[in-house]
Amino acid sequence: MTTPSAPGPVPRPAFVPRPASVPASRRIAAHAGWELRLLLRNGEQLLLMFVIPVALLVGLRLSGLAVVGAGVPVPTVLAVSIMATSFTSLAIGTGFERRAGALEFLGTTPLTRLDLLAGKLAATAVLAGTSIAAIVIVGVLLGWHPGASWAAALLMACAGCAAFACWAIALAGLLRAEAVLALANGIFILLMVFGGVLIPPGSMPAPLGAVAGLLPSGALADGLRAALGSSQWPWPQLLVLTAWALSGAVVARRTFRWAP
Amino acid sequence: MVGGHDDWSTDVTEPALSVDGLTIRYGSAVAVDGVGFSAPAGAITAILGPNGAGKTSTIEACTGLRRPAAGTIRVLGGSPEDPSVRARMGVMLQQGGLYPTARPLEWLRYLARLYGAALDPADLLGRLGIDPAVRTSARRLSGGQAQRVKLAAALLPDPDAMFLDEPTAGMDQGARRDLIDLLRDRRSHGRSVILTTHLIADVEDLADRVIVLARGRVIADGTLAELTESDAALRFEGPAQLDTAALLALLPTGYAVSEPEPGRYVVEGPPTPSVVSAVATWCARHGALAFGLRPGRRSIADILLAAERGSAA
Repeated sequence: MTTPSAPGPVPRPAFVPRPASVPASRRIAAHAGWELRLLLRNGEQLLLMFVIPVALLVGLRLSGLAVVGAGVPVPTVLAVSIMATSFTSLAIGTGFERRAGALEFLGTTPLTRLDLLAGKLAATAVLAGTSIAAIVIVGVLLGWHPGASWAAALLMACAGCAAFACWAIALAGLLRAEAVLALANGIFILLMVFGGVLIPPGSMPAPLGAVAGLLPSGALADGLRAALGSSQWPWPQLLVLTAWALSGAVVARRTFRWAP
Repeated sequence: MVGGHDDWSTDVTEPALSVDGLTIRYGSAVAVDGVGFSAPAGAITAILGPNGAGKTSTIEACTGLRRPAAGTIRVLGGSPEDPSVRARMGVMLQQGGLYPTARPLEWLRYLARLYGAALDPADLLGRLGIDPAVRTSARRLSGGQAQRVKLAAALLPDPDAMFLDEPTAGMDQGARRDLIDLLRDRRSHGRSVILTTHLIADVEDLADRVIVLARGRVIADGTLAELTESDAALRFEGPAQLDTAALLALLPTGYAVSEPEPGRYVVEGPPTPSVVSAVATWCARHGALAFGLRPGRRSIADILLAAERGSAA
């Protein structure tokens, strides 16, 4: 750091156009790039994204505790990974950005609430995609043979990312960072255990299974199991995730506050 | 100037900021209560007031950060929530405003990508005394350095209107002087500056127009000259707890003497030469030196004091 000095004149370019905002697409791309840059610098984030899902996959395979049928539970672990990246990690990160006042300044720039949401969603999708690739590779190495409809699985993953990310931003934009930390972790664990992820909705007692199937976690995990296990197009699950994504986006847009 | 766009002109007929009936509530508490004022283009407008007056809430609403319960706000002729209006605004917040893990240059480079035209981030940081190559994250910057990075972010789009919330808070005298010079320079190039402060020196050094807030309402609004112009009073400073009753006894009927703050005296009534002479003589007889004896002129400090006490100065 240099010693502070008096501000001086800045040489002007020959012609500079009047200040204006760039189009929304460029603002979103700029914010997605910024998010990725900061996320990749965060060791805890990388641990949550890659190490824990892969360890879970290996652990379930080796322990024989895979409750989702026989073999390597890749779809289940993919669902866990998408939830961890798109919901828990995103909500906590955004909550603390808000507490630090970083988002407050962005609220005075041309970046809109929807730009912020879209940028974070895009960055999360890139991270989730990378995590999915790592899990699939490790799954294949462990002997997993997908009878897969990859297009359906990709669609499910995207819809899952969108649903969880929108609700993560809605949560982080409304509550205090400490509350977001507690809630995001609590909801993640509850959804994993009772929300149709580790235990498919169809294997749960009827009323509980019906509810789990309507949760984003149950829809995501069931949809991935259908797409990667039986090559089916999981339209009902896709519909559920789309509804969660749209409702989350509406709530986030209405309630998100830039200031702590 | 720290800026770059001299090849256009701002519409000087349109105020830089126009606020009408602004009301902000926090639950059942009313922080800003029907506030209305305007900030002329190409001028420095100071929003002054004691703590809790509603200054920061007003600035937050004017920059689109807080949705008011009622009222309208026009910044540069448009809504502060419009991205094209925000592209012409620069904002320096009192707290926050930096990503804790980000380095100054990468932060400014990212922000520059949000604007259609922005100053060169590295050059701007250098001009404000921050080494652009520094790899220190925001959370490890000193208070003064963080203020300069926040100022750089506000200047980045070379804005037509700058909003600064308590910009001199935590600054040493050198940094404060630099900032004042910079803001005067922007004004000389036709740019508008709206700042909040509770420091009288900031207002006296900078402001073309002053808005005084107290308990969420505007209690004074005008140029410095207008606000401090003649009124029927004589003010002076001296030792605290002088015998004001004894002084009043010397004055013609209809006058009043008060000590609104220890050592600050107001003689209400026409400040005729005989009254001025009587006050100075009485002080001298009591061994009190009357500082700043000023007939018919109140200072910004008088106005602020009145705002804090909820009475006319």
